[in-house]
Amino acid sequence: MKTSAWKTMYWLVKREFWEHRGGFFWAPIITGGVFLLLNIMGIIAAEVIGAQHGINFGASGGLRHVIAEMDTGDLSKVGFALDMAMYSAMGLLIVVLGFVVFFYCLSALYDDRRDRSILFWKSLPISDTSTVLSKIISATMLAPVVAVVTGIIVGMLQLMILAVTLSFHGVNVWQLLVLAHPFRVMANLIGYIPLYVLWALPSVGWLLLCSAWARNKPFLWAVALPVATGLLVSWFGIMGLFDLPTIWFWKNIVQRGLFSVFPGTGSVFGHQGDIAVTGNQGMDFMDLGNTYQLLASANLWIGVAVGLGLLAGAIWFRRWRDDS
Amino acid sequence: MSAVITASGLTKRYKSALALDNVSFQIAPGRIVGLIGPNGAGKTTALKAILGLTDFTGDLNVLGFDPRKQRGKLMGDVCFIADVAVLPRWIRVHEVVDFVANVHPRFDRAKCEAFLARTKLTPNQRVRQMSKGMIVQLHLALVMAIDAKLLILDEPTLGLDILYRKQFYQHLLEDYFDENKTIIVTTHQVEEVEHILTDLMFIRDGKIVLDADMDAVGDRFIEVMVGADKADTARALKPLDERQVFGKSIFLFDGANRAALEQLGETRRPSISDLFVATMKGTYA
Repeated sequence: MKTSAWKTMYWLVKREFWEHRGGFFWAPIITGGVFLLLNIMGIIAAEVIGAQHGINFGASGGLRHVIAEMDTGDLSKVGFALDMAMYSAMGLLIVVLGFVVFFYCLSALYDDRRDRSILFWKSLPISDTSTVLSKIISATMLAPVVAVVTGIIVGMLQLMILAVTLSFHGVNVWQLLVLAHPFRVMANLIGYIPLYVLWALPSVGWLLLCSAWARNKPFLWAVALPVATGLLVSWFGIMGLFDLPTIWFWKNIVQRGLFSVFPGTGSVFGHQGDIAVTGNQGMDFMDLGNTYQLLASANLWIGVAVGLGLLAGAIWFRRWRDDS
Repeated sequence: MSAVITASGLTKRYKSALALDNVSFQIAPGRIVGLIGPNGAGKTTALKAILGLTDFTGDLNVLGFDPRKQRGKLMGDVCFIADVAVLPRWIRVHEVVDFVANVHPRFDRAKCEAFLARTKLTPNQRVRQMSKGMIVQLHLALVMAIDAKLLILDEPTLGLDILYRKQFYQHLLEDYFDENKTIIVTTHQVEEVEHILTDLMFIRDGKIVLDADMDAVGDRFIEVMVGADKADTARALKPLDERQVFGKSIFLFDGANRAALEQLGETRRPSISDLFVATMKGTYA
């Protein structure tokens, strides 16, 4: 029986999922749950306060009239607002995902050296390249996919809760939900993942390199090294030699190297300010046509190249560092 | 059949010390080799070199592969247990069996499950919930289900109680070992492996100081128990070692004339531990 490379990779990634079920699976689920709970509590609080002050904004039929009198432009704004409600659920998950991926990468090639289980993994016929590759896939694809799927489900539930709340006030908002674009939102979120892979590569590379290289305290090395360099650069004004401001180093080396694992940082910092947010009515900022303009920035591709170099280093260290 | 391992001029230097000092040896298939040496003698370094886990200078051929360059392929034919505590603590029994079954081309799942059925391990148990003895049972079940050509055991029974230790070697001999397989074992519990070894290697300060099969060891080394009256005669024959038991002296000779020794007293084959102690005298001094 020959085990194929694909099958081995599948099981390697599955192995990562088993080990990091807490970060990859439970963290987004719990975050989503907390998000919904906070929303429900907020709604209940609003209802209680509203009842105490005798405000009942639905009963008079005022809201119904508002809806009935909206024109198409207004309706599309309602749709946009509902889409935003779905994205908002994603916002919190993205922050959590950033932390999960950051710390996962730092520990991925270090923990098994510390507890010596590397000697077991290395007793199996798996190349170090496959091992490191499986960790990259887990960090940049598996974790985001789980987070996005969770985010979509939470977003849907969020819409439902809003709709149910409003229907208690005699407002039939189910017709409004038709105005939302849940599938477009989904497509935008899922479609963003490949872009995330590319953007996160230098960070993932740097963190995995530290994880494979450090004999102890990979976190300290990963953070202290760029920050200390940054301080030296600032102190001696080295960037002046290249006719660049000191902030350039902080922005393009330190921040890019450490925090690119946080999704969305590419869209926020990746542009040099020359790409305007396009789209009608200041609309869907997550639109793929919009987000993928990042592909045109040199910043992204230089990062990819540097990231691949760092990952090659990580593979080399994985090959030769042992448990001692 | 050609050798399983051929090493020549193996040298490994750590910052402060020479762990392997120009070591050369050959290991033939179908042997059980005991690699015995004091702490820090270079045993683990030698095994790591064979497994491609460390860099070194010199030539090393394991099953036709260079462990430095072809580690991935080599590990398809080699199994390895490095003491007891190296299974990842978070993993469950069924997970590790699933994983190995799907990534190792020579793994026989039914065999592994049959071995596990003889233990108290349950599929959902995590390694962190197991005793050391249970962990080694699990690891052994995994390894014995792999049809490897070379099995390397680095202190496999360290910290186990006597029941698990006996059981470990018994399973290995009865259910695993055959003439196509080769086992290399390092251990400090020499008494326990003494009867299963076919070859013996002593390593000291990075050098192989003894490399012989067990029959040759029996021919070469003779222990003789001598009364006080003949002790001086025995000493004149330059024994390797001398110790006192019940008012008599026991001398250990290397390559002495057996007939001459039989004149002095009762001769016998020395135990490996006595031989080891005699050979390694002064190591820590």
